[in-house]
Amino acid sequence: MTTTTVAPAEAPTPAAPPATRPVPERIRIGGLGPDLVLHVGVALSGAISLAWLLYERMLPTSGTIGFWIFAYALFLILLVAASSTTLDRLGVIDRLVGALVATAGLVMVSALVGIVVFTFVHGKDALAHTNFFKDTMAYSGPDAALDQGGIYAAMVGTLEQVAISVVVSVPLGLATAVYLSEVRGRLARVVRVVVQAMTAVPTIVAGLFIYSLVILQLGHGRSGLAAALALSVSMVPVVITTAEVVLRLVPNGLREASLALGTTQWQTVWRVVLPTARPGLVTAVLLGVARIIGETSPVLLVAGSTNELNYDPRHGPQLSLPLFVFNGLRTPIDVAITRAFGAGVVLLALVVLFFALARIIGGRTPGRLSRRQQRRLARRLGAPT
Amino acid sequence: MTITSTADPVADAPGSPASPARKPGSLVAQDVHAWFGDHQVLSAVDLVMAAGEVTALIGPSGCGKSTFLRILNRMHELVPGAALAGQILLDGQDIYDPSLRPIESRRRVGMVFQKANPFPTMSIYDNVLAGLSLTGQKVKRRGKDNEADALVEHSLRSAGLWDEVRNRLGTPGGSLSGGQQQRLCIARSLAVRPDVLLMDEPCSALDPTSTRRVEETIRQIASEVTVVIVTHNMQQAQRVSDRCAFFLAAEGLPGHIVEQGSTSDVFERPRDERTADYVNGRFG
Repeated sequence: MTTTTVAPAEAPTPAAPPATRPVPERIRIGGLGPDLVLHVGVALSGAISLAWLLYERMLPTSGTIGFWIFAYALFLILLVAASSTTLDRLGVIDRLVGALVATAGLVMVSALVGIVVFTFVHGKDALAHTNFFKDTMAYSGPDAALDQGGIYAAMVGTLEQVAISVVVSVPLGLATAVYLSEVRGRLARVVRVVVQAMTAVPTIVAGLFIYSLVILQLGHGRSGLAAALALSVSMVPVVITTAEVVLRLVPNGLREASLALGTTQWQTVWRVVLPTARPGLVTAVLLGVARIIGETSPVLLVAGSTNELNYDPRHGPQLSLPLFVFNGLRTPIDVAITRAFGAGVVLLALVVLFFALARIIGGRTPGRLSRRQQRRLARRLGAPT
Repeated sequence: MTITSTADPVADAPGSPASPARKPGSLVAQDVHAWFGDHQVLSAVDLVMAAGEVTALIGPSGCGKSTFLRILNRMHELVPGAALAGQILLDGQDIYDPSLRPIESRRRVGMVFQKANPFPTMSIYDNVLAGLSLTGQKVKRRGKDNEADALVEHSLRSAGLWDEVRNRLGTPGGSLSGGQQQRLCIARSLAVRPDVLLMDEPCSALDPTSTRRVEETIRQIASEVTVVIVTHNMQQAQRVSDRCAFFLAAEGLPGHIVEQGSTSDVFERPRDERTADYVNGRFG
């Protein structure tokens, strides 16, 4: 009896105000432990030294690629050996797999950085001149100095062709994705198989299709529009497959909640499902654009070849950035190759710009009103009565 | 009997908001059978859910309670392969009458789901109004007699959530705690002024405090709307319901109602031995 009455009285003491007691130092969790750094360092330096000794000096072999593969194999062996001094079997396996996965990531990043740096280094001389962005090659030969001519016509062509492709592909692709994931009509299975097959259609075949349909059958002539249509053939299936997956990720509970309020399926899809999936749908469109923005082969077939500036995608041949790069790199002329690399850098920059823009537009936190709307709501309803 | 009488004062508490005249609807299920494909899950269910009463559906898992609930507002037919037979009369009219569209019955018979599902793309305010805005009904949002504001406040008060969210109506519905989200869903269902509200284990994922709030809410709204609630919690069924139906499915056979009656009868004087075993926690 006494103990039970005493206990609650004492209970608050341990939970004394935090100010009276110093906060203990935070525990370090994760990160690079000294143990890990030591083992990786030992394995790395040991592997490189040993590989040099064995591969370049003692064995009858030499060469850069072979050396690094050999060194990497040695690194893994040494890492296992070093780790097993402090870790048990499971710990060693864990570290080995960690090393393999980290290597994969590093290889990917360095490949990407390599591509960007390589392109930039080769094209930087062209990028240094402002006329490169403002002029066309209409009045300059391929061997003209870098302070003459430029890629303006190609930029215009790429922007117009991609814009038309987006206008064609996004409504078509999203509508088909809604059909596949929401309507699930009788034809859904057939449509899905066809769409999946379309993703595997080589872009040159898409170009041929448009060539025979638009140019030979309809007699329309080569144009930026034909190129955009050829690009759309490649873009639509990417948009559909990605958007379908994204729509399927929308919890079924939201659909049911909406239907249970007495909405039609169309209202549910338009007002609940699509807004919920919006960030994912933006990704679907971006993947579609990423697929086509650098495509050369369909454009090569149907856009024709020109160095003139052509704003009108409906008539006459139109240049685009990938085509410009392709044409430039085929020549044996140094300045033309430099210009091609410069155009490649511009293409990369366009992709980055476009993706950033789409993320900003499509990625606004859903369900959050603007500050002004929030203030207005609070003024109307928030004040306690 | 004693338990329902202790709960009653909550419904008649002076704090409960004055509601515009609204008549709860009565639901009558006659000889309802249900199938998923070839598998029959419900057989010959007859149940009267009287206007203004809370009816609890109890029974072990897989006995068809939720299926029966979803039949009551035509959500059952959304499952591919689902079929049913029988009649559901809402105030005397069969909701499966071919001349009626499903959306009309769903507007009159609202539903709250097991898992709280506020629309993540909408603010709390818009979530409450979702039933109106999604179906294209216009509510006056500006000017002096701002109907939207009044409706939001009334619905949130009915659901017992108003005081907790009044200062952050503009924030996303998903930012609330689980119990608050569930009450937001109740408010959303109430905003379309249904005649009947179906609740499918609304408290199964909630902590005791939130559960108590939701139960208070149920007692409060019972005067305005007929409530049918599926629950696995015997105490909850006793606390909130006026009438009770015990579902059971013998192995390999479709579910049916073993016993129904006033909650006090089912819990204190069950006629069937299986009911007595179930309500006393001896199986299920």
